[in-house]
Amino acid sequence: MTLHELLIAPFADFEFMRRALVGAVALAIASAPVGVMLMLRRMSLTGDAMSHAILPGAAIGYLISGLSLTAMTLGGLVAGVVVAVSAGAVARASRLGEDVSLAAFYLASLALGVTIVSLKGSNVDLLHVLFGSVLALDDDALVLIAGIATMTLLAMAAIFRPLVIDSIDPTFLRAVGGRTGAATHLVFMGLVVLNLVGGFHALGTLMAVGLMMLPAAAARLWVDDLTALVTTATAIGAVSAVAGLLASYHLGLPAGPAIVLTAGGVWFASLIVGRRGLLAGRLGVRHLEA
Amino acid sequence: MSALTRRRLLVASAATLAATALAGPARAEAPMPVVATFSILGDLVARVGGDRVAVTTLVGPGGDAHVFQPKPADAQRLAAAEAIFVNGLGFEGWIDRLVASSGTRAPVVVASKGVTPIPAADEDAGHDHGGHDHGAADPHAWQSVANVKLYVAAIRDGLASVDPAGRASYEANASAFLAELDGLETEVRAAISAVPAARRRVITSHDAFGYFAAAYGVEFLAPQGISTDAEPTAKGVAKLIAQIRREKIRAVFVESMADPRLVRRIAQETGVSLGGEIFSDSLSPKGGPASTYVDMVRHNVRLLTAAMVDS
Repeated sequence: MTLHELLIAPFADFEFMRRALVGAVALAIASAPVGVMLMLRRMSLTGDAMSHAILPGAAIGYLISGLSLTAMTLGGLVAGVVVAVSAGAVARASRLGEDVSLAAFYLASLALGVTIVSLKGSNVDLLHVLFGSVLALDDDALVLIAGIATMTLLAMAAIFRPLVIDSIDPTFLRAVGGRTGAATHLVFMGLVVLNLVGGFHALGTLMAVGLMMLPAAAARLWVDDLTALVTTATAIGAVSAVAGLLASYHLGLPAGPAIVLTAGGVWFASLIVGRRGLLAGRLGVRHLEA
Repeated sequence: MSALTRRRLLVASAATLAATALAGPARAEAPMPVVATFSILGDLVARVGGDRVAVTTLVGPGGDAHVFQPKPADAQRLAAAEAIFVNGLGFEGWIDRLVASSGTRAPVVVASKGVTPIPAADEDAGHDHGGHDHGAADPHAWQSVANVKLYVAAIRDGLASVDPAGRASYEANASAFLAELDGLETEVRAAISAVPAARRRVITSHDAFGYFAAAYGVEFLAPQGISTDAEPTAKGVAKLIAQIRREKIRAVFVESMADPRLVRRIAQETGVSLGGEIFSDSLSPKGGPASTYVDMVRHNVRLLTAAMVDS
């Protein structure tokens, strides 16, 4: 097998592969910075929780108008934003922390979704809804993913500074900026939801979280600087998307899981041989500070 | 679940009560409650049973029996039933556990017992199964009208053995239905033979037409495995697109429940026409194009031949 057959031909010969490539890479580029910030804010599991929270909204959209991009996107967005905002509000108003309120809300939201689906009686194969197919991206889905990616990058650029300060020293931001911290957090949670909704048409809700968190976790094992973290994570995400698609093409693996597994593989390799990985620490190749 | 089904359930429980109270003779008045696992089988049982039975189906129209999740109410239906009709051939993987847990004493009638099973589509048919196993036989035997005649015989005998008093009625219904099925079989063969043999090739998103293919000489190709729960792979999709281009296939069908997005993508990429919705594992809801078995076969054959001739 030549290099051309290995890397170029799959995309040159098949339009669905080109579409999958564009969709998956756009998603990886948008999700990675969001994942880095989630990790920095010690909210790595929030993406997972939110992916469950948007699920009933998407399922309701599916029940009302079938596999309609608009209905499922809107449903997912509404459910996600409602859960994120309510969890934040409850955290501020009651003695419960944000993590436990989020857990409570997403569990209830998930159960509600399952109930609604089964009340409706038709036993739709929810797996098809929950695991979108990166191999079946149409024009609308691509525009949606590209739009979400653009919006995410612009919004991240705008709130990057307050978001970083809020992650590292929230009291400082409260002292100089009043309610900036809360507002930034809300916008950020909106971006998380937006990326998960965009991701679930391509990979499905659960896989979308993988493309968000795994590149960030892997990048953390190589670099310390925040800018470097964001760029490394983005690169790892994009490479995983391409490599996963090629693995799906050549080895006959299901496409969504192949992409996330590739990212998982990169993370695991980084854990062992990364500059901040286990081997480096064990061998004392480099003396680590803190 | 429709109001109709709920009413049937009420009728069913009422019938059980009556039967217990009056022990036997009352059955001639109230219909006997029976359960069929999915909508197509339910229609067949209703045709053979006529007024003497009230059929409840567990997986209704549009539902997918491959991934069905039984509810407590389904166990209650089984417990209240006088007979349980299943397709067999591994189609309802969940039925044995459900029967055991419902505590029902009703006999389980396997409708496909007279059918000669054909092997499930193999790995070389243009897709990979991703490691899961469906057993050897293709369960979708009802896609051949000749098989359904065997189903009808099994249903007739099953009903007569739990309700001997109704034997004459079941035999009369069954022979009328069998005559109708003979007509349907002739109709299908005539329609298919009008299509040149080289054009009898179509693509569906769910490989459930093995018996139809064997009986009527139409070749079905699928992007996904025999079950709706297999995730598509890029390799499989690419193989299929290459095959469509190579063999100049012109018709693609979306089935009632498989992921239609993938089929649309393949259709767009290869320029084939979308033939419409054909039904494989379930009937359409009442008022739809395929609300009975006979209508379903007519509908499928009409769409298939139209798409094949058109190309």
